[in-house]
Amino acid sequence: MTKQIGWIRVASLPMVACACVFTIHLAIAQDNAAPASATNRFDYAELAKAPAKARGRKNPQEGNAEAVLVGKKLFAQHCAECHGPAAEGGKKAPSLRVDEVQQATPGTLFWVLTNGVVRRGMPVWSKLPEPQRWAIVTYIKSMKVSLSPDATAK
Amino acid sequence: MKILIFTTIFLLFFGARISLAQESPYIVTYDHYLEEPGNLEVEYFSTFGTQRDGNAFLAHWMEFEYGAKAWWTTEFYLDGQSTFGDSTVFTGFRWENRFRLLQHEHFVNPVFYMEYEQISDADKIIKEIEGHDIESDQTEPNALARQSLKHELELKLILSKTFNGWNFAVNPLATKNLLPSEPWEFGYAIGASRPLTLNASANSCNFCRENFIAGVELYGGLGDTQSFGLHETSHYLAPVGAWNLPSGWTVRLSPGFGLNDNSHQLLLRWGLSYEFTGFGERVRRIWESR
Repeated sequence: MTKQIGWIRVASLPMVACACVFTIHLAIAQDNAAPASATNRFDYAELAKAPAKARGRKNPQEGNAEAVLVGKKLFAQHCAECHGPAAEGGKKAPSLRVDEVQQATPGTLFWVLTNGVVRRGMPVWSKLPEPQRWAIVTYIKSMKVSLSPDATAK
Repeated sequence: MKILIFTTIFLLFFGARISLAQESPYIVTYDHYLEEPGNLEVEYFSTFGTQRDGNAFLAHWMEFEYGAKAWWTTEFYLDGQSTFGDSTVFTGFRWENRFRLLQHEHFVNPVFYMEYEQISDADKIIKEIEGHDIESDQTEPNALARQSLKHELELKLILSKTFNGWNFAVNPLATKNLLPSEPWEFGYAIGASRPLTLNASANSCNFCRENFIAGVELYGGLGDTQSFGLHETSHYLAPVGAWNLPSGWTVRLSPGFGLNDNSHQLLLRWGLSYEFTGFGERVRRIWESR
């Protein structure tokens, strides 16, 4: 009997620990999910933070049709979960089909992809080799602009 | 009630979307990349170890790694081991948290690691080497070793950099048994790795070179506050390899070789992991629907 209680105690500790972590996370997640408008939740301010040197970097794969296909595959694998399968935006991340993104230089997009927007939930993607990050940038730049975030929100 | 539990587990795990895991091949060393927010990675690892003056063993552990935030990953471990000619025992659990300290990528990227362990002396997963951990510590029969339970706090500073496809990571560590009389123990892990190719193909494929990452790890103990240094410590050199499959699975393999007489001659490790994308979101939906 004592042995059984010991096991219950051992098993309950990790469960309590996990429950605590999930509760904290859910509380934060629910708090973040509260505003419904896409305009309120996301902005594109991070693009402006790219240093001049990074903004000026040329995309070595610009105009490469193969790079668009590679970028499309990589986007589906790593980015679509948050940005949506057609980059139209989702609950967790903004649309990439807006003017702010499409008018940004390839170097700026590469910089944001490399550094992430950690405070707002976007991980750093420097673990993807440079040619793969440039392929994603090439794919994003190949998209057509859709509705602006304001229009999407309405 | 059983149906409800089954449905919940099914929705959480099998309803989650799959994405290609871009996992590092390291088994002991950590790089600065955290789990993507909301994703859950479930991992199984095993270590076969040779033992002089004792029986070889097969240690195994499960990891549940969750991306709570882009800057915070929390991970829960369950450890066990089977010693040949002896028995199979559950040896304890660990709760680990990693915090990214800086927002952007820098020349070196620091991540703070903090872990609480409640493990018995029978634990043989050798996930890290600290203090004066040596091979002969593990000759004690399981029945005796499992009776001694220790509570430990482990701190690491993960320093990592990726350059031209190469990742370099250094992890100095300090561990404290929470008994006041026990000293701080120190250790290290160093790793380097690179994908076999930096370019990706346009089609999804299992055997493309881009899915394979190879590298090497070096890890060992550095003594404790009472006797810092290499005296009576063990050290290992281990080639590592990972195969990231488009289906979300990752396979890892690492034969580790002891570098001195205090080390196990061979630690053969392998692991299988699977990443559940959007796990946190599903938990949240179930939470909201109640």
